[in-house]
Amino acid sequence: MIPESRVTPAPSTPPETAGARLDVEGVTVRFGGITALEEVSFSVPSGHVVGVIGPNGAGKTTLFNVVCGFARPQQGRLALDGSTFRPRPHRLVRSGISRSLQGLGLFPGLSVVENIVAGAGTTARTGWWSGLLALPRSDRDERELRERAEMLMDELDLTRHAHAQPGTLPYATSKRVALARALVSEPRLLLLDEPAGGLGHDEVLELGELVRSLPSRGAGCSVMLVEHHVDLVMAVCDELVVLDFGRVIAAGSPAEVRDDPAVAEAYLGAAVDV
Amino acid sequence: MLDRLSHHTLLRHLLLTLVAGAALVALTYGLSPYRSYQLATGAAYLCATAGLTLLVGLSGQLSLGHGALMAVGAYACALTSAELGDAGTTGPLLLLLPLAAAVVVTAAVGGVVGLAGARLHGPYLPELTLTLTIVVPSITTTFADRLGGDQGLSVLVEPAPAGLGATFPLERWQAWIACGAALLTMFLLANLVHSRFGREVRAVRDDEVAARLAGIDVARTKVLVFVVSAATAGLGGGLLAVLTQAVSPGGFSLAFSLFLLMAVVIGGIGRLAGAVWGALLLVVLPDLTTSLADRVGSSPALAERLDGNLSLLVFGVVLIVVTIAFPQGIQGLLSSAAARLPRPSRPGPSPSSPTRSSPSRPTSTSSESIDV
Repeated sequence: MIPESRVTPAPSTPPETAGARLDVEGVTVRFGGITALEEVSFSVPSGHVVGVIGPNGAGKTTLFNVVCGFARPQQGRLALDGSTFRPRPHRLVRSGISRSLQGLGLFPGLSVVENIVAGAGTTARTGWWSGLLALPRSDRDERELRERAEMLMDELDLTRHAHAQPGTLPYATSKRVALARALVSEPRLLLLDEPAGGLGHDEVLELGELVRSLPSRGAGCSVMLVEHHVDLVMAVCDELVVLDFGRVIAAGSPAEVRDDPAVAEAYLGAAVDV
Repeated sequence: MLDRLSHHTLLRHLLLTLVAGAALVALTYGLSPYRSYQLATGAAYLCATAGLTLLVGLSGQLSLGHGALMAVGAYACALTSAELGDAGTTGPLLLLLPLAAAVVVTAAVGGVVGLAGARLHGPYLPELTLTLTIVVPSITTTFADRLGGDQGLSVLVEPAPAGLGATFPLERWQAWIACGAALLTMFLLANLVHSRFGREVRAVRDDEVAARLAGIDVARTKVLVFVVSAATAGLGGGLLAVLTQAVSPGGFSLAFSLFLLMAVVIGGIGRLAGAVWGALLLVVLPDLTTSLADRVGSSPALAERLDGNLSLLVFGVVLIVVTIAFPQGIQGLLSSAAARLPRPSRPGPSPSSPTRSSPSRPTSTSSESIDV
């Protein structure tokens, strides 16, 4: 009944130095009669920052949910580093993918450091039985996880909040906690769902710098970013994919996308009017 | 020394267990046989309340059927001891194997309930566990020829080992057995709470989507907590069977399941120390209400009717008072009171207390790190 100790499986692909490559090929998702995504294809090349933009209801979050395994596409496939990839949410971190949630998605009953450590649990080497018997190697494992969390807290200026409950922190600080939790597993592909939501001007600038630094971080990390904040998207992305009504209406460098009349009509034009 | 302990979970928990065990053994020498028996009963309850507080407080899964799970353990224990008795087994095995059977069988039942529970949200898991409290007693009457019906079964228990002396009271021996099992349960549960699994359980309770994205297998975690919680309830039930040397469906009513839950809430939900208070209440309160009923009830018939219901009433009132006055339970009240107290200064020179450090003999901070 009780499963065996959890052993971290060897990574399915040898670690590369510039982040994972994700290919989305002809993905279609329908909910009842509504087509949320239709024949969506694009790539997140290794080490690139790719932004997915589009008006509300364009299918951005559905796309994220497909990549995370929360939604199953009726057609199409995903490929991670060239091989077919069937995502399951709780296996995602093991595949080297982290996702930050829209809003916060923090655990309110866990302290900041526990929240961050929770994101790294899959890299622990000792399992349930070691925990039950409190074997010294279980302690050692916990210490290592904590050290990694402490390094990230230091980097993201969270150290003094280590033992605070997330609910007591300002929103921008909580956002950094969520980011730290996504980064602590040392992902090769990071999915950021509206990371700038609710942040002030300076905080968005800081976030932009951080996102730009991700591809050269550690073993390298590709980034897929859904964001409404156009300035941020234009500043940090190598490529943009524009969705409207579930279809890719434009793709290319930020400059190309900005000059695309279809995009101006569907999205940016509307944004300028406001 | 203290520093090493804080980094060494096993050593710390073992030390606490040994100290508690020694204190309990010493205590039993000062207790009358009746009090020893009460202590043993409390220890049996503790196994169940500790597992229940973990389930409800840490994983957020509500069980109204832990009394029924204890019944499963008690019957598994009784049936195994009968089989072993028929086979002519004697000695420690006649005690240990039935208790092990109680744990294993109840864990398996818990696994089935937990598997179903992991797919249920809202009030449906509590309802599922509630049906257990109805199903389990009815099974005992349906298979009356095997399970003894309303009469139940008797449990084969050997007297205290002869090596302890001819005058060694059985009740003290029972207290040792039950306290030993309860300490083992508390030791293992404390380890689990402190481990990565404990954190994952709380993460799942707080946000299932975020937990999945953090790489936690939500369903596995929830089922595993239920299995652990059921196993401890089974051990508690098995111990009760050993203590009373009998098992019958009447002892594991719906009211008993609710008592367990109330005890956990009053003690302080999600806290193992709170489970100790809860177990204590389970022993003390019915005792109090019985004497209360004797005083209130003018006729024996009225007293008898009050006896069963009065304890439910008293428990309910205590629950309401506690949840209004201190929602974190007794243990929550104690730990917040302890936090308000000025920190007790450690023995030896302390640089933080100006009264003790004289300027002529400055105390270095390094002296603090020397083993105390």
